[in-house]
Amino acid sequence: MSGESFQLIYIIGLLVIAYWVGSYREKRHYQSIIKREYELNRLPAVNLKTPPEGNFQHELVMGNVTISVDYFKRFLAALHAFFGGRVTSYETLLDRARREALLRMKAVASEKQALLVLNVKYETVSIFKGAGKNIGSVEVLAYGTALMAARNNAQVS
Amino acid sequence: MKITNLETIPGKTIIKHLGLVQGSSVRAKHAGRDLLSSIKNLFGGELTSYTELLQESREEAMQRMIQQAEAANANAILNVRFSTSSITQGAAEIYVYGTAVVLE
Repeated sequence: MSGESFQLIYIIGLLVIAYWVGSYREKRHYQSIIKREYELNRLPAVNLKTPPEGNFQHELVMGNVTISVDYFKRFLAALHAFFGGRVTSYETLLDRARREALLRMKAVASEKQALLVLNVKYETVSIFKGAGKNIGSVEVLAYGTALMAARNNAQVS
Repeated sequence: MKITNLETIPGKTIIKHLGLVQGSSVRAKHAGRDLLSSIKNLFGGELTSYTELLQESREEAMQRMIQQAEAANANAILNVRFSTSSITQGAAEIYVYGTAVVLE
């Protein structure tokens, strides 16, 4: 009897801690995403394939990130899966991962003094897939072709 | 070696198509790092070790693709695509492919 109640307390405690830590970290992450998105707004990333006229250097750039949801949200998602409807905890997870991956790609491109990133593609994969209780980590890769102004013709060749 | 995920490079003509080149890499983290990640997994947030793992693995796959293109005497790889699939827990396969061409 006491063993069972201990287990229950343990699970509830874990849920409460995971909720606090998880939502605090999510809030911090969103603040940092919004701040960096504002800073990198000057560098457009589009999924058009045709480059503009002119002499440019091309280079493949990419950014990736692996993010997991906390234990509390995973618990919520399990409830959602039972009753159906929107699974908001996973929506925010994927939103954060995509925006973060795009930002990292843009950061790489802006270091190379790129003017534009063309043909941006996303690639998503769940990392802990098949591990039962561990579902809830995704890796997102964003990649594209950065266009840099060619310095001189000899260098481009 | 020029690598791009566009289908053409403006101002350059493709002289010769050399076909598909590809590279793949399957990697897993050792158990210690995996354990740490599963603890982090409880509280959410970024799993840095996995981000690094996949980045390294992607670079290796690209190196293999470039080697293949060099062997075929190509000087550019166009329309590069990445593809990732999780095989088992903690292991992922990275596959990268593109078209090797000779540009003038």
